[in-house]
Amino acid sequence: MVELAANPAGSGLRRALPLLLPAYVWLILAIFLPLSAMVFFSFMSDMPLSGRDWSFTLQNYEAFFSTGIYITLLGSSLRLGLEVTFWCLLIGFPAAYVLAKVLKGRSREAVFLLVILPFWSNGLVRIFSWAMVLREGGILDTWLNVILPFKINIDLMYSYPAVIIGLVHSYVPYVVLTCYLSLQAIDDSLIEAARSLGASRFTVLRRLILPLAVPGIVAGAVLIFVPVVGSFMEPRILGGRTGTFYGTVIEDQFVAVFNWPLGAALSFILLAVVLAILAAAAPVMRRAQ
Amino acid sequence: MNMTSMIAKTMATAAMTIVMAGSALAADLHVLNWKGYGADEPWAIQAFEKATGHKVINDFFNSEQEMLTKLRTNPGLYDVVMINAAFNDQAFNEGLIQPIDTSRIANYADIGPEKAQSPMLNHDGKVYGVPWVWGVTALAINDKSFPTPPTSINVMWDEAHKGRVVLRDDAVEAMQFGAIATGQDINDIKDMDAVKAKLTSLMPQIRTFWSAENDWNQMVAANQIDVGTYWSGSADRAKKNFKLPVSLVIPEEGCVGWLDAFSIPKDSKNVEGAQAFINYMVDPAFYTEWDGKVGAPVSANNKAVAALPSEAFNRVVMGDPKIASRIKFQAPITDANREKYLAIWQEIKVNVK
Repeated sequence: MVELAANPAGSGLRRALPLLLPAYVWLILAIFLPLSAMVFFSFMSDMPLSGRDWSFTLQNYEAFFSTGIYITLLGSSLRLGLEVTFWCLLIGFPAAYVLAKVLKGRSREAVFLLVILPFWSNGLVRIFSWAMVLREGGILDTWLNVILPFKINIDLMYSYPAVIIGLVHSYVPYVVLTCYLSLQAIDDSLIEAARSLGASRFTVLRRLILPLAVPGIVAGAVLIFVPVVGSFMEPRILGGRTGTFYGTVIEDQFVAVFNWPLGAALSFILLAVVLAILAAAAPVMRRAQ
Repeated sequence: MNMTSMIAKTMATAAMTIVMAGSALAADLHVLNWKGYGADEPWAIQAFEKATGHKVINDFFNSEQEMLTKLRTNPGLYDVVMINAAFNDQAFNEGLIQPIDTSRIANYADIGPEKAQSPMLNHDGKVYGVPWVWGVTALAINDKSFPTPPTSINVMWDEAHKGRVVLRDDAVEAMQFGAIATGQDINDIKDMDAVKAKLTSLMPQIRTFWSAENDWNQMVAANQIDVGTYWSGSADRAKKNFKLPVSLVIPEEGCVGWLDAFSIPKDSKNVEGAQAFINYMVDPAFYTEWDGKVGAPVSANNKAVAALPSEAFNRVVMGDPKIASRIKFQAPITDANREKYLAIWQEIKVNVK
């Protein structure tokens, strides 16, 4: 009896295997193996090249705690992640609402295209075009001075706001897409019912739309927060002297000083911190859903 | 046929193929250098191949660390490698390079003796590097911001230029500039705290950190900066090729000098070709064409520099003995020091916020 009951599931798995195999082989080859090599490196004292001595050590992880630098940096990277996520939600959610509930047909397609357009351009090109806009005597500065009757001086380049602007621009489409999906799933008749029962527009948003859209908001926030905390390209190019973050320091270890073990250890500490934050937030998210 | 003999036979065939392929490539010459740094100029390769029959195959690195890694992980692949003199020591100690028979390199005799006999390139009485070109990392200024060029490195700390100073995002270079500004030896920094304090006080002056020549030139073109650290060859190119208002300043306190040299990796399969290639790279004919067409650092070959047009930057400015006395050449840096510099540099950058 037991065998009979187990059999359908077993044969189902066997039949699914050819379909699953390519994905899993790819995951093992492209992600699991390099990542485990990095875990291995992070416990080594030196790279094992051309007879260099190396041994297993915890010193790379100790380095994180031995000075205040890395903790300060991680703190500022986490703050950067939160700020960018906040601005993305503030800008992205209304756009997603308009796309899902207001626009229909052709105009929706056109606006959708504009939203995902940044995805199709190279990240480096996007950042360098921001560099042209934000600098003194750049596009923004020139235009504002043409329009405004008084003289102002806009020079955002090489500053913290420039990093925020660049990152928000890169990541806002994630929020729009995830919120759009959950907003579209809300039945219009629910909103009409609430309105006919006398709820104000604000009450409908607060009591009905926002709670139902939470899965999309959370998914978008996670998709943005995690990569922004480890970002290095945008801070380096747009941040100038204020552009040192946790991600740029990891990059330095790999590129500038060939200290892969320390770079790997710093990366895994970041991974652990991000996982801990997500785990701590999980009960809140589940309740919200 | 049993399993073992089958495997043995397959292995033998594979080995044979490798040996045969190896001998077929005997005239190939694998060169490892920075991209766009002379050795890969198409006109030069063409001329060299026509003259010697060796076929040049270029490979590139993006950092000295990557160059060393490529040598470590590909023994026997490369025949010529360009190594900065400060890294020759490390390559020699790791057994990555072999002694060079300079009697086979005719132009070696014209190389300035202070460079040819540099202890950085000679170990145990044998030559491990043939000096090729040298240059300095000094200051460059935006001509529009200075009626008369400054003479001291302290211009970078001048309040008048606040927010208009640039520095390269490189820990070693920053520390060495800090050493010069505090009157210390760049190769033996005794008072790290003084350097750290000096660099910390420089941070509010900084507009941004540059990493490539292009960054520097764009910022000058947009009139965003007044002064910053720059490479001699780059400053020359900015003025000559891009017509930018850039001038090189060698501060009276000194500047950092570097020397690039060619070496032959340990198990090179084409030593004869390597000697011919190095000889060609040091030759006045190649150098004058390179400097005229593209812009180059200063040749280590005195005859090559003398063959430049009389108004050439590399002859007039870099050849001035008054300036030569201010150049402090970079010595090898230990990994421990390199990591210490990076830690200090990162701390300075982090505390800027």
